[in-house]
Amino acid sequence: MNYFIAFKTLIKKEVFRFIRIWPQTLLPPAITTALYFLIFGKLIGARIGTISGATYMDYIVPGIILMSVISHSYANVVSSFYSTKFQRNIEELLVAPVPNWVILFGYVSGGIIRGLLVGMVVALISLVFADITVNNALITVSIVLLTATLFSLAGFINAVLAESFDDISIVPNFILTPLSYLGGVFYSVSMLPEIWQTVSKGNPILYMINAFRYGLIGVTDIDIQLAFNITGGFIVALTLLSLFLLHKGIGIKS
Amino acid sequence: MNALSIRKLRKTYNNGFEALKGINLDVEAGDFFALLGPNGAGKSTAIGIISSLVNETSGSVSIFGHDLKTDRSRAKSCLGLVPQEVNFNQFETVRSIVLNQAGYYGTPRKLALQRTEQCLKQMDLWDKRDTVSRRLSGGMKRRVMIARAMVHAPKLLILDEPTAGVDIEIRRAMWKMMQEVNEQGTTIILTTHYLEEAESLCRNIAIIDQGQIIENSDMASLLARLHIDHFVLDLAEPVVTTPVIAGYQIERITDKALNVAVPKEIGLNLLFSGLSANNIKVISMKNKSNRLEQMFMDLIDSKPAGEQ
Repeated sequence: MNYFIAFKTLIKKEVFRFIRIWPQTLLPPAITTALYFLIFGKLIGARIGTISGATYMDYIVPGIILMSVISHSYANVVSSFYSTKFQRNIEELLVAPVPNWVILFGYVSGGIIRGLLVGMVVALISLVFADITVNNALITVSIVLLTATLFSLAGFINAVLAESFDDISIVPNFILTPLSYLGGVFYSVSMLPEIWQTVSKGNPILYMINAFRYGLIGVTDIDIQLAFNITGGFIVALTLLSLFLLHKGIGIKS
Repeated sequence: MNALSIRKLRKTYNNGFEALKGINLDVEAGDFFALLGPNGAGKSTAIGIISSLVNETSGSVSIFGHDLKTDRSRAKSCLGLVPQEVNFNQFETVRSIVLNQAGYYGTPRKLALQRTEQCLKQMDLWDKRDTVSRRLSGGMKRRVMIARAMVHAPKLLILDEPTAGVDIEIRRAMWKMMQEVNEQGTTIILTTHYLEEAESLCRNIAIIDQGQIIENSDMASLLARLHIDHFVLDLAEPVVTTPVIAGYQIERITDKALNVAVPKEIGLNLLFSGLSANNIKVISMKNKSNRLEQMFMDLIDSKPAGEQ
């Protein structure tokens, strides 16, 4: 059995799916982020001045790009895998000799690809508003890749455990979006009172946004190594949890 | 060699319902096998376990000698499943549904394209290959599922009520197709509620009820055990009273139709002699019910309710 063919089939199917519905998947982030850049960066940002030596527009660009990557990699996997479960197409995979790790990495790869594609669209739009030169390409690429992987895995777990369409919107709406906004997309945590700085450090998204911001414009509130450790640690934990859920058939088998 | 071997298979759902109570079943390679049972008997659970859609509580399943637990990949490679309900992505085209399934089985692209074309042509769906599947009729959707199940050339094909809800013309065409597939060497396990379908297609049969196999034999010997045939006779002229003929139980359905229970050891000749003696002219006759249906009902009815 050639598992690579099964893996390739799954990725192809996932990519065609979100490309086919590009007005739902690729267009909205382009419009939303253009508005962010225009309103927060251009109109309000001009009155804020600089943060850590960067103009406000330059400061918010990395956070907005990464926020788009997070929400779209998560949304891709959670909606695709849950629909697959809901329509019972998952049976096509369960009947076939496709190992659990191929199912997991197939869906996660789909989420990563969509996250990165949306990230690129947002980055291209940001070029209209900001003049960004990449500070550290390796850190930029690796953190965005790891972040997309982490949130694709999280979306997968959400989809496996979800029992209704409500369950797949609870996490993005009530956990992911608040954590992203409070993860320092629009501000530096050093601007917060001491107590809120400490609270913010419990938010993993803060580390990813700051590492990405460091990679792009060389500004960060946290230790970059710690950001990689936290992101890597979460990826390992969520991968193991996903494989456990698939092995037990939780949420997908009777 | 057995295409399928099931040993002491049990399934208890989380709500405590015991769907399978330790069944054993063997299906020989090349067989056309009927797995029958009333609704809720455990058929779908058994098929679910065989096709890895349901986790068993205990017991073992092996497909062409490959244990489903220890040699999962090889066991699954031998199996194709046509489920009861449509379960493909209704936003995909017919071709991509079948082609993707070939990919999941690790079929190289070139061969997958050839097999997809072959299966879609066999199912008379080639003209619909680029149609989005939700636009297909019910019968076509069923044929898509058969094409998808056959695209990796499985040695064992499980058809779970494949003809449910399709019109008689399509059903007959599907019977022909199933026979051809079986003649080409594929073992087929069929579940159906159309017992005439099982009777005309299958060589061996198992009947499952309340989570247990209550009958497992070849079709011919099972039907030979049916002692009484029921016939409906259409009469040329109306009859006022029910004729009495020794050895036969006769009921008047209408003025011009009789229901007759015919014991096999007596046969039909004496019946017709008796009817002629009563000046009753029969213009046609038919089986009241399908023979297998009669046997099926006898077996199910003979099992006391709640028997373990």
